[in-house]
Amino acid sequence: MTNSQIIEKLPYGKSFLFVDELLQVDQNGAKGTFTFGKDLTFFESHFKDNPVTPAVILTETMAQIGLVCLGIFLLKDALTKNDMGFVMTSNVIDFLKPVYPGEQVWVSSEKIYFRFNKLSCKVKMENANGDLVCKGTISGMLISKHNG
Amino acid sequence: MNRNEIIEAIKLIVKPYTEDVAALESINESTDFIKDLKINSANLVDVVLDVEEKFSIEIDNESMAKMLTVEATIAIIEEKMNSNAGK
Repeated sequence: MTNSQIIEKLPYGKSFLFVDELLQVDQNGAKGTFTFGKDLTFFESHFKDNPVTPAVILTETMAQIGLVCLGIFLLKDALTKNDMGFVMTSNVIDFLKPVYPGEQVWVSSEKIYFRFNKLSCKVKMENANGDLVCKGTISGMLISKHNG
Repeated sequence: MNRNEIIEAIKLIVKPYTEDVAALESINESTDFIKDLKINSANLVDVVLDVEEKFSIEIDNESMAKMLTVEATIAIIEEKMNSNAGK
């Protein structure tokens, strides 16, 4: 599966897709990039007259690139069934620097384990200066969408 | 390791994943991880991985699916430990 095919399999619509390019993916981790365009709607309100990327969006960006892209790569055919989905089940993240409108970030993940449909990874995000923006651990699970 | 010692080991393993102190204190063979201890399926994976490490055993998908109660978990631990000992 090519990196662009993995992005095509991501289940997010345009307004909630935080992956521009998947740069590298293998059994042990994924690396990708996203630019927070100045026109993203949450900048209007977070905060009033002081736009900063919300921490939850940084977390989501790390999960989409670091976990979901890696999960699709690891699962390959298992995920082609449309009734399966990947959900975040826990995260512990430290935030070190703000990300302002227009900034590009790079996310990389390192697999801790993938067992019993649960993927756990160490993830980090860096900005254009190579500074660490946030880091931590995120876990997600493959579930059946019709299961409650 | 006898059954009570295994239950004590399981109790220590599940402790970080449950908020229900009373259910944890009264843990016994009929305790259900999801119903009684309110452990979610994602943390149940961590419980299984910790059981593997503690008892030096490998748990396959089929056994994992059965590990919903303390009783079933003890049975799987004993089965895997016995098959390790036979090697």
